[in-house]
Amino acid sequence: MTRRPKRGRKPPDPSAPAGADRARTGPPDPPEGGPPPSRRAFLWKAWLGLAGLAVIELIWVVVDSLRPRRRDVATADVVVVAGPVDHFAPASVTAFPAGRFYLVRTEEGGFLAVSRACTHLGCTVPWSSEEYRFVCPCHGSAFDLHGDVVNPPAPRALDLFEVRIENHIVKVNTANVRRRRAFDPQQVTWA
Amino acid sequence: MPEARVPESRRADAIGQGPSGLAGRVWRSIVRAPLAPRTDQERKWAMVQNFVLHFRPVRVPVKTLAYTHTLGLGGMSLVLVMVLIGTGVLLMFGYEPAPGRAYDSVQALETVTTFGGFVRGVHHWSANALILIAVLHLLRVFFTSGFHAPRQFNWVIGLGLLACIAASNFTGYLLPWDQRSFWAITITTGMLSYVPLIGGWLQQVARGGPDIGRATLIIFYTLHTTVVPVLILGLAALHFWRIRKARGVVVPRAPGEAHDPQPERVLGLPFLLMREFVVALVLVAGVFTFAALVAAPLGEVANPGMSPNPAKAPWYFMGLQELLLHFHPVFAVLIVPGAAVLLLLAIPYLRYEDDPSGIWFVSNRGRLMARRAAMAALLLTPLLIALDEWVLDASKLLPTLPGFVTVGVLPVTVLTVLAWVTWKRERARPGATRNEMVLAGFVFGGVTFAVLTVVGVWFRVGGMALGWAGW
Ligand code: FES
Repeated sequence: MTRRPKRGRKPPDPSAPAGADRARTGPPDPPEGGPPPSRRAFLWKAWLGLAGLAVIELIWVVVDSLRPRRRDVATADVVVVAGPVDHFAPASVTAFPAGRFYLVRTEEGGFLAVSRACTHLGCTVPWSSEEYRFVCPCHGSAFDLHGDVVNPPAPRALDLFEVRIENHIVKVNTANVRRRRAFDPQQVTWA
Repeated sequence: MPEARVPESRRADAIGQGPSGLAGRVWRSIVRAPLAPRTDQERKWAMVQNFVLHFRPVRVPVKTLAYTHTLGLGGMSLVLVMVLIGTGVLLMFGYEPAPGRAYDSVQALETVTTFGGFVRGVHHWSANALILIAVLHLLRVFFTSGFHAPRQFNWVIGLGLLACIAASNFTGYLLPWDQRSFWAITITTGMLSYVPLIGGWLQQVARGGPDIGRATLIIFYTLHTTVVPVLILGLAALHFWRIRKARGVVVPRAPGEAHDPQPERVLGLPFLLMREFVVALVLVAGVFTFAALVAAPLGEVANPGMSPNPAKAPWYFMGLQELLLHFHPVFAVLIVPGAAVLLLLAIPYLRYEDDPSGIWFVSNRGRLMARRAAMAALLLTPLLIALDEWVLDASKLLPTLPGFVTVGVLPVTVLTVLAWVTWKRERARPGATRNEMVLAGFVFGGVTFAVLTVVGVWFRVGGMALGWAGW
């Protein structure tokens, strides 16, 4: 085996133009006879710009593929037809598991569609008819018929869905949840 | 390492164990160094030539070999990562990441696949052991002051690895799709919604929609099986490489013993590698035995309509959930943990008077201060938890103020001021160095977090009331 010279760069070739061996990290000085400096600088900037564009596109693709989707239209119907108005007695709570909400008829006869997700950390809140309130099994929050907090740790009233009454039929749109601090009579839909 | 170079003639002789002729030539083209080196010369050469061995140092300071110094925790973490990748790939052959299929496929793994339950058990218990061992490794490095220059940035990389390990465990938690996993992920992603301004958006991104469902499972599955493992392998490579660049782990010394710039070194093969091999074998045997005896839990299939009572986060996040019971959410999920992470990151970059790297607990006084800090945290934390649970009721004491003040700004300020005063008083004691102070502060914070976790895991029952939750 012939002994190779120590690994590393080739010894500098004395005939090569000065500066050719230097690492290129910025716009290099134009060698004799090369393109004029303005063109070189322009190409350098153009490459940088393109690289920046590529990075931005990449970030966009990643962010976009992670963007949360709307509630699955395929698995849950967005508009839930609850039924005729007089199916629901005043001061009653009816569960709609597919729509993830309770249809509440208030003592006065108005309607509220209350989300079943606890505002504390998101557990599903069952209605307890003996206690006449929603009681969260996870950490003990409780809400009254209107969804107002009667026992912490939940910080705000249960979320709402939009209720519409057409031809005495109650319909609930589950596409968007509406957050609220507390119950307000304006939230009630009347037949 | 000039001695490692062996003349060509002797190499052929050393490899000469292989067959002659074509087979021998092929064999020698694959294995360039002797498989069973006999002399030190050959061992060094093997360390340089062999791809697997070249990850380990040719020579190591003899003092760092003491098992009581590193406890082998870093190596154990790597072994567990390997075990997790192996078992994880096996599980991927059977698992289906879709809400209607996931639970059934896990059940099929348990009952139909040969040794499927065992493989899942090894995966489950290795993952939990990894968190524990990685945390212990962090403690070992901290307590032997292994974060001073030139190891400062490696501490940061280590914290990144710990975050990845937690992410990996957390994303894996959802995959069985049973009640336990479904509601633990509901609760933990529910905590995200308390981050001010961007909380709701953050939660939606993590879940891939408003609820835990198909999108969540795909996101978690992808993170768990691709993104996080790649991150862990990359960061781990960087972590180990930087240890080599720092010329090995810190050399242990007794308090008062001077730093030795030229510690005595011995060959990595056999001294280091034998020890690492033994640790790996014992660890793997331990995990396999445990997995054979205790099956990985699999409860009822997830039911989005019925929450269990109580619903708990994964055990490594229970300290956070316990904090949430006592403080306003913005403080419990953002400010307090954020401050803790910043403090951890800052540890290697503070200005210290001296460099005690290699000494357990800095000094004799450091040892004493650490013990006192641990005792204080062990006493104070349960006391404060009990006080908040049964005596103090912010909404009755200060009914006019919002919760952000009564259970947020107010208690956090009081506790911070108390900590600050204690720090100043201790610092004023003659001779307490910054190193000793940071040690005591770290111990106090660490024990507090440990107590919160223990209370959350074992002492929270239905409705998150205090009581014995059982094993
Ligand atoms: S999720 Fe309902 S009280 Fe915590």
